[in-house]
Amino acid sequence: MTVTANSNASNQTELISAVIDGIEIRVPKGTLIIRAAEQLGNQIPRFCDHPSLAPVAACRMCLVEIDGMPKPQPSCAIALTDGMVVKTQQSSEVAAQAQAGVMEFLLLNHPLDCPVCDKGGECPLQNQAMTNGRAESRFEEGTKRLFEKPININSEILLDRERCVSCARCTRFADEIAGDPTLELLERGAHQQVGTADDRPFESYFGGNTIQICPVGALTSATYRFRSRPFDLISHNTICEHCSSGCSTRTDVRRGKIMRRLASNDPEVNEEWNCDKGRFAFTHTVIDRISTPLIRENGELRAASWPEAISFAAAGLKGKRAGVLTGGRLPQEDAYAFARFARVVLNTNNLDFRNRTSSDEEAEFLANHIAGSGLNVSYRDLETADVVVLVAFEPENESPIVQLRLRKAVRNNKLKVIAVDSAAAPGHEKLSAELHLAKPGTEAAALSALSDKLKGRNAIVLVGERAAASAGLLSAAVALSDATAAKLAWVPRRAGERGAVEAGLLPNLLPGGRLLSDATDRAAVAAEWNVQQLPTAIGLDQKGMVQAANAAKLDAFLVAGVDVTDVAYHDDFKAALAKTFVVSLEPHYSSVTDYADVILPVGVITEREGSFVDWEGRERSFTAAMHQSLALSDARVLHLIANELGIKFADDAKSAALHKSLTELKSTTKKPAMTKVSAVESAGLVLAGLRQLIDNGSLQNGEAHLAATAREAVAKVNAKTAADHGLIDGNLVVLEAPGGTLVIPVEIAAVADQTIWLPLNSDGSTPLINLGITIGDSVSVKDAGAYVV
Amino acid sequence: MTKLVPNLSAHWDEADSHTLTGYQRHGGYTAMKKAFELGEDGVIAEVKESGLRGRGGAGFPTGMKWGFVPQGDGKPHYLVVNADESEPGACKDIPLMMLNPHSLIEGVIIAAYAIRANYAFIYIRGETPHPIRRVRQAVAAAYEAKLLGKNILGTGFDLEVVVHSGAGAYICGEETALLDSLEGRRGQPRLKPPFPAVAGLYASPTVVNNVETVASVPAIIKNGAAWYKSFGTEKSPGIKLFAVSGDVLRPGIFEAPLGITMRELINYAGGMVSDRPVKFFVPGGSSVPLLTPEHLDVPLTYEDMAAHGTMLGTGTPMVFDTSRSVTKAVVRWIEFYKHESCGKCTPCREGTYFMVDILKRLEKGKGELADLDLLVDISAQISGRSFCALGDAAATPIPAALKYFREEFESKLVGAK
Repeated sequence: MTVTANSNASNQTELISAVIDGIEIRVPKGTLIIRAAEQLGNQIPRFCDHPSLAPVAACRMCLVEIDGMPKPQPSCAIALTDGMVVKTQQSSEVAAQAQAGVMEFLLLNHPLDCPVCDKGGECPLQNQAMTNGRAESRFEEGTKRLFEKPININSEILLDRERCVSCARCTRFADEIAGDPTLELLERGAHQQVGTADDRPFESYFGGNTIQICPVGALTSATYRFRSRPFDLISHNTICEHCSSGCSTRTDVRRGKIMRRLASNDPEVNEEWNCDKGRFAFTHTVIDRISTPLIRENGELRAASWPEAISFAAAGLKGKRAGVLTGGRLPQEDAYAFARFARVVLNTNNLDFRNRTSSDEEAEFLANHIAGSGLNVSYRDLETADVVVLVAFEPENESPIVQLRLRKAVRNNKLKVIAVDSAAAPGHEKLSAELHLAKPGTEAAALSALSDKLKGRNAIVLVGERAAASAGLLSAAVALSDATAAKLAWVPRRAGERGAVEAGLLPNLLPGGRLLSDATDRAAVAAEWNVQQLPTAIGLDQKGMVQAANAAKLDAFLVAGVDVTDVAYHDDFKAALAKTFVVSLEPHYSSVTDYADVILPVGVITEREGSFVDWEGRERSFTAAMHQSLALSDARVLHLIANELGIKFADDAKSAALHKSLTELKSTTKKPAMTKVSAVESAGLVLAGLRQLIDNGSLQNGEAHLAATAREAVAKVNAKTAADHGLIDGNLVVLEAPGGTLVIPVEIAAVADQTIWLPLNSDGSTPLINLGITIGDSVSVKDAGAYVV
Repeated sequence: MTKLVPNLSAHWDEADSHTLTGYQRHGGYTAMKKAFELGEDGVIAEVKESGLRGRGGAGFPTGMKWGFVPQGDGKPHYLVVNADESEPGACKDIPLMMLNPHSLIEGVIIAAYAIRANYAFIYIRGETPHPIRRVRQAVAAAYEAKLLGKNILGTGFDLEVVVHSGAGAYICGEETALLDSLEGRRGQPRLKPPFPAVAGLYASPTVVNNVETVASVPAIIKNGAAWYKSFGTEKSPGIKLFAVSGDVLRPGIFEAPLGITMRELINYAGGMVSDRPVKFFVPGGSSVPLLTPEHLDVPLTYEDMAAHGTMLGTGTPMVFDTSRSVTKAVVRWIEFYKHESCGKCTPCREGTYFMVDILKRLEKGKGELADLDLLVDISAQISGRSFCALGDAAATPIPAALKYFREEFESKLVGAK
């Protein structure tokens, strides 16, 4: 045996030598017998054992004989020691009989409903009953204990209690991994069952994992239940499109239809978990789809052929002052195609992927510190760090796998987490985080004060997309990192954002981390694109483009993956779209297609290949799960428009070619230092908030079961602010801003002074839409009386 | 005839035996002073020397258990008294707590002092409110008399005692399940190692001792290890409460040296209740294999019981005369274990369910010969495979019952004459 490649040379563990079934094996000290046996190709049967969960030795399926011990021992809970002699079922009659006995017991009260059970065909109980069980039952005349058929443990997960073998994997997952110990074993003896507190569902963003690790069919998914048999499914390796965590997932397709999505095991990234959004929210791929190109004529959309629509779009864009807006859904290669199209075809640097609150400071930060920085901070680094500082970033909602990895490090490695944010969140508690509450606009000062806690320690600073809403915060984060040698990483919320940075989808940034302001960088990109020169003037960002269009300084928009309600200035945005020629590349009808002059339907994520770049900077490539789809990628559509305008690129705009081209542009040149930006604090009460993991996001459309697991939307203020503004815990509050009003229940909680915290896009809480303001903007509030449910 | 040696039970006939006054009238709370003079390690050495073994059933040497507690580790240490007496047939700790609670409290003080614990918990079976009230009163009286609390007797030793009521689960008599329960969790046994002596209550070094074990300590300290060792045998030294129940004339508690025989205990209990002779007996609660009249003269010691395929257990014999059915007794015992199985491990949870299913069939006269072998098989599949001793206990009745009374089982099968 060799130590795994990832082990640190200075940290090599002592090897011990033992014998399993007569074969000598050398393994690191502390290796469990069951793991060591796996390395010999010997799968000792097991139910409660799971490599990511602490051993419990409850199911007793993995009993083996150990020399010198009078009774068979659970191999899942005992570490191999030097000189130990172990006999498994392969060489010991005692072990084989012990296992067969346990299997007989497990099947006693287990129903014989495999033919209708979701797990049938991929069931560890079924499989191990075949390998380690007896052919015939001796419980023929017995009466099985029965339970009422299935109960919901939450809206997404159903429990068939009579199928449960009490392995406690689900409850241990909830407690150890997710930190949501609201799933428990109840009752005792044969009536022991998994359950929740009375009238309380199992509340977790990660609950779906319990379905996947259940070794029987006790936990099933409300959406997948009875829909398919495992052997009818074709599985595809995919990457989750929902956030920047970069989870490796498995998409199971049956006759051209996605049936379910599971977490794949990727030890460097998501280990073997994913969040419920990643697992369950895939209906968006099939609903509200645009099936044919559409052209607006006399205010009405009509179907058009591809050639007609392409030439219509090309004619509309030709010679116009145009801007390019993309959202977070694009794979890196399509983002690159937009970046190239803007510069070469539209001759502009007016392009921005940030359909959210953003700033010039952020654009500079991304260009100088993130673009081209590669795999600077990784999940593994989080696990080995001494301190991690979360800045305007709440991982449980905004990048849930980061949350799980941090929690693992907090539990196992004594990682210290410090959070600088406007409000406390349940996720902070699960990380035992030291919380520094700061009113939006004042985070920079709070962050700078942490310097002493980071110096001389292995520290990492993670900033989120909300940092852009607070002037000076990103430059303060850079300054802190410089002063303390802490590593710095940016964790955007959307899956495509880091890829868009790498692809140069910013007004100041070219692909490969090359700066628009740098003549050498410009020349390199121009050469790659086979053009004489690139537009040199720094372009407009999204808000700038909207203002320009409304001032009749911009004539056309090329838009993909954007929802106008994601920004506070949505009214201006709509007006801008209404005034200009809009080419919309979308799979679905959206708030932008409402204003589009031509709509070019593109494929959804499952119909295309490409790569996302996760927050670490790790490329996560995927192939099409629905490979028979005829839908085009954004890049191919842009290619057709470019061709129509007489511009030919050397490549065919297929993913592989674009990826190769982008890779060749990668630059590692040192970037100039960031401009220091001063903080701006709005007087009085300001808005704070974040987008909750499960909310009204359009990629979650059509998933009622998932939507019901969302956290309830409430406004939060601290006691002092409540008193100052006459707000009463549990009552309704009315928020007022120039854009309108919003009424929502209010709760006294740990929030920064003079700050009212709201979910930004949840049912009953859409302040950007209702109030037209965003994080850090002033808002006035007053009590609106009792909240009657 | 082995003589009874009333020690813990010496003054149970006095009306105020449960009060501080009653206890002190006979030298109560003087052993603790001697203990303070001996010093912590001196007490541990004395208890080790006495050979006292755990009276909760397993018989682990008490002094050795105390010695396992790491010293100078900077963590708080805890003493936990297991007063969750729930086993069918066992009824010795509850009377002891009712009639002599101060011997327990003095024992707690000495034991806690020895293991450097400043907190002690007495976990009493929740279904029995009387001893809970009695021990609480006694603890309050001890606090009143400054025998508990801060700076006890000016020694600088602090001890807080908490009397905790269980919630009605037999499994909580298992020491690690008891600790989970005490911490406010659902009582289920913990994976060992770590053992409680290293990581017990609140993950700190903890000693869990049975009531009778702890209550025996004051007399050992007061009279010396040599006095205690003068009773019993070399491997089973000392005296013990034997709670005799069943078909005897005067069921009750008899305090005697280990090594007394069942025949002698039955004599002390006034003989059998009728002229029907002994058919079978269990020496130590339902968790130990049964014995027959041929074993009436085997000394009741840890080693002699083991030599005869059973265990001394809690030392609470149940005696059954010839009017009793072995099958019925076995069915009731195993039903008890099925009801009390915590559900954590498969063999105990499902095995007891399986056995009861078959035994019920036998009781109804619907069993077949193969069922008897199946019962033995199931017992073997539980024994030594379960997570804790509850499963092992559930597997004990069948093999012994079938060994000695197979004909009786066979007589109830389908087609039997």
